[in-house]
Amino acid sequence: MNASSIQKANPGMKDAILQVEHLSMKFGGLVAIGDLSFQAKRGEITALIGPNGAGKTTVFNCITGFYKPSEGMITLNGADGSSFLLERLPNHEIPARAKVARTFQNIRLFSGMTLLENLLVAQHNKLMKASGYTILGLFGIGGYRRASAESVELAKHWLEKADLVDRADDPAGDLPYGAQRRLEIARAMCTGPELLCLDEPAAGLNPKESAALNSLLMDIKSSTSILLIEHDMSVVMQISDHVVVLEYGRKISDGSPQAVRTDPRVIAAYLGVDDEEVETVLTEVGDEDVIEQLDIGPDTAHGPGTSSSYLAGPVSDTIGHSEGERVTVSKGASKAAQVDARASVAPRKPAERATAKPKPAAAKSPTPKPRGGRK
Amino acid sequence: MAVTVSSERDTVASPVQRAFREALYAGAISLGLFVLFIGLKTDQNISNQLILVTRWWLLITVVVLTMLGRFFYIAYGQPFMANQKIANVATGLLPASVASRFFLLPAFIGAIVLAVVLFVFGGALPGLVGDGLAGYLQFLRALAVIYALACVIFYFRAYIHDNFTKLGVTALVLYPILVVGVLSLMSWSFVGGLQGSLKWIDNFGIQILIYVMLAWGLNIVVGLAGLLDLGYVAFYAVGAYAYALLGSHYGLSFWILLPAAGAMAAFWGVMLGFPVLRLRGDYLAIVTLAFGEIIRLVLINWREVTNGSAGISGIPKVTFFGLMTFNSTDPNYIGKVLHIAQSSAYYKIFLYYLILALALLTAFVTIRLRRMPVGRAWEALREDEIACRSLGINTTTTKLTAFATGAMFGGFAGAFFSARQGFVSPESFVFLESAIILAIVVLGGMGSLVGIAVAAMVMIGGTEALRELDFLKQVFGKDFTPELYRMLLFGMAMVIVMLWKPRGFVGSREPTAFLKERRAVSSSFTKEGHG
Ligand SMILES: Nc1ncnc2c1ncn2[C@@H]1O[C@H](COP(=O)(O)OP(=O)(O)OP(=O)(O)O)[C@@H](O)[C@H]1O
Ligand SMILES: [Mg+2]
Repeated sequence: MNASSIQKANPGMKDAILQVEHLSMKFGGLVAIGDLSFQAKRGEITALIGPNGAGKTTVFNCITGFYKPSEGMITLNGADGSSFLLERLPNHEIPARAKVARTFQNIRLFSGMTLLENLLVAQHNKLMKASGYTILGLFGIGGYRRASAESVELAKHWLEKADLVDRADDPAGDLPYGAQRRLEIARAMCTGPELLCLDEPAAGLNPKESAALNSLLMDIKSSTSILLIEHDMSVVMQISDHVVVLEYGRKISDGSPQAVRTDPRVIAAYLGVDDEEVETVLTEVGDEDVIEQLDIGPDTAHGPGTSSSYLAGPVSDTIGHSEGERVTVSKGASKAAQVDARASVAPRKPAERATAKPKPAAAKSPTPKPRGGRK
Repeated sequence: MAVTVSSERDTVASPVQRAFREALYAGAISLGLFVLFIGLKTDQNISNQLILVTRWWLLITVVVLTMLGRFFYIAYGQPFMANQKIANVATGLLPASVASRFFLLPAFIGAIVLAVVLFVFGGALPGLVGDGLAGYLQFLRALAVIYALACVIFYFRAYIHDNFTKLGVTALVLYPILVVGVLSLMSWSFVGGLQGSLKWIDNFGIQILIYVMLAWGLNIVVGLAGLLDLGYVAFYAVGAYAYALLGSHYGLSFWILLPAAGAMAAFWGVMLGFPVLRLRGDYLAIVTLAFGEIIRLVLINWREVTNGSAGISGIPKVTFFGLMTFNSTDPNYIGKVLHIAQSSAYYKIFLYYLILALALLTAFVTIRLRRMPVGRAWEALREDEIACRSLGINTTTTKLTAFATGAMFGGFAGAFFSARQGFVSPESFVFLESAIILAIVVLGGMGSLVGIAVAAMVMIGGTEALRELDFLKQVFGKDFTPELYRMLLFGMAMVIVMLWKPRGFVGSREPTAFLKERRAVSSSFTKEGHG
């Protein structure tokens, strides 16, 4: 074992399986992640959410060694007390030694191999040892035969959990989308991970598949901690224990699902993305207060237009107020920052808040509106 | 507003009319293409001047043939093929397939009778009907034999398909015995049979099996791991020179040097692998190609050791596991030990079984490795390298093992090659060899052992068979050498196979493990790999 990758386990942090500290990732001039710190607790589902391009996948790539972070420290505390500095481990050793498995946003299965083979490949390291690094296994010496039977059993176990056992001998590329997502999770689980990182597992699933996924994840949670990126709020709110919200590579909120979903900074961040998602957030939250608080639309008489997503206008827009105060937001600034700015202004304008009309989501203008320059 | 529809639109041109038009187009295009290729030829006259020779008749023949071909294809070929797909209204059956109408029992019997008669009178034919006609009759005999064989394969196709591996291995094991037997019967003497068998066992059997083995070795790298290696012949050269040098300088036995040659080639596989494995796709292909050329140039220029382009001769023969030798001057010559007549055929037959065993070893190891974690990792690497890394697979060592294993079999084949030839020179390890081996792997269907063996048989056997087509000299004149056209035919065969079966002869993949039933994976799901 590489001595440099091992730290004395910090007794105070016993329950944190993953600690990300001051993580930064720069691509040339672009700061994809800036000074991000958060923790994932053992036995919990930690969700990482944020608008498109917030840097969630980049965080995953740093954790799983596909990117070397520009700065910061990622510590994984194993159940046996060992801990690893993931940013120092080579890519393939992170699943093998630190026991972190992941799935990909754009599914990466071995499409020409059968489902069973996919799950057997995931048990490569274990089988490699059992086969005496191929040499003993080639001559049928040693416990390869037994290990191989065990690996098939494990694969079968996960195929059953993922409800795919009937298709075990079909090529993975032949599966429908939802099943491919489940297979990818099953494959990651076959590596025997302590931390499972799922990148948008519910993307493209229909409600039934999504519900099946929820129960699969709850099942996995009993043995493995999960770090989850997800846009589907029904999944996030139902199953996660802890939510971290990113926007423009920075953490804007961190806490329980309840706390996060009522955080105006979070909702503002989502408003900047997509009308559909605004709707999702608003209806998910279902909180009249929040809707009211957020829907401080411009006065139709003075404002730029009757747009529910006033905040979704081009980011470079200046936000005008009837009082003549101008909060100028430079291009690329975050919506959360705008909320901060508004929050500091708002107390001085109780009148405006009083005149704000709650606007039902259905009343949104049907015409497509310009979105923040983020797409 | 009224729309007038012209009446011509409704009448569809009859196939014959269409065929006429298409034939004219084809004629015009081929005339344009061939007027310079075929119509004109530059040559030197007696006083060494460059002159233009016109060959209008040849040009006209080619153009007319093209037009006729197009005409018949459009007028009769296409409608015929379309009809094949239309079921009979009364019976609801599809029309009898072309194959079942072509392979008929009476024709089969006729072909056998014809072949036997021509074989029996084979020797007397030139005297009876003259040289020219005898050439054509020989060709007819070859056609009759091929037709009879095709009939047998067609009628037993289901059985052959189900038991292909067993039948194939049995046929390969029995092949020398059959050849010697048949030839002995034909010449009514065992020694004559042995002598006649040389060509069939050496030129066909051994030659094809060497390529089968090389292609199976390359298949590990290209077909399983998806790493495009254009310099495979380098490892073949390493193996060949390892045996040639160590065998002739130190007098070491083939049986010691065979593993040594394999180990050395594997070593060079790893040496090549380390720097290039971070490259992918085209870049990897170019660097491996360069490596192949470097090895060849080293062999040419390192005269003190390799004797340059003159090559190494007098490479010792393989012994029968040290018990008997194949040198007629040795006291333990096989003929003296077994008290049989002296013949060079024993060595060839022995070599045949040796390369068969080596090739089968390659196949066996490949099949075993595919079911081991490392083999699965190779295939997974071909499918998706990033996913492999996310599962904790060390892709560098996995690629290196693929390179080393493939190279090792190349080294074995190389050692065998130099023992068989008794002579090696850099000439044998040019890029064209790498290209041929790669073409066999691609044609056979990447990853499929059976497909690759069939492709090697067709390609290498086909080019060897061209040498046998002596009757063509009667058609095209005395200085026509069919072998010269082998690359043209090779290329044509590749184009045809790639059009007809883009994934090679055997496009499907056998899964390495199954839960309930083993089902072949269609090639539309497998990937070729990027590196
Ligand atoms: N390899 C890279 N090179 C340059 N820029 C990159 C790279 N990877 C990501 N980025 C940039 O980093 C930012 C964050 O991207 P990331 O993929 O992490 O977003 P995300 O939060 O996963 O978004 P989504 O919800 O759309 O998946 C984006 O602006 C992206 O363009
Ligand atoms: Mg992403």
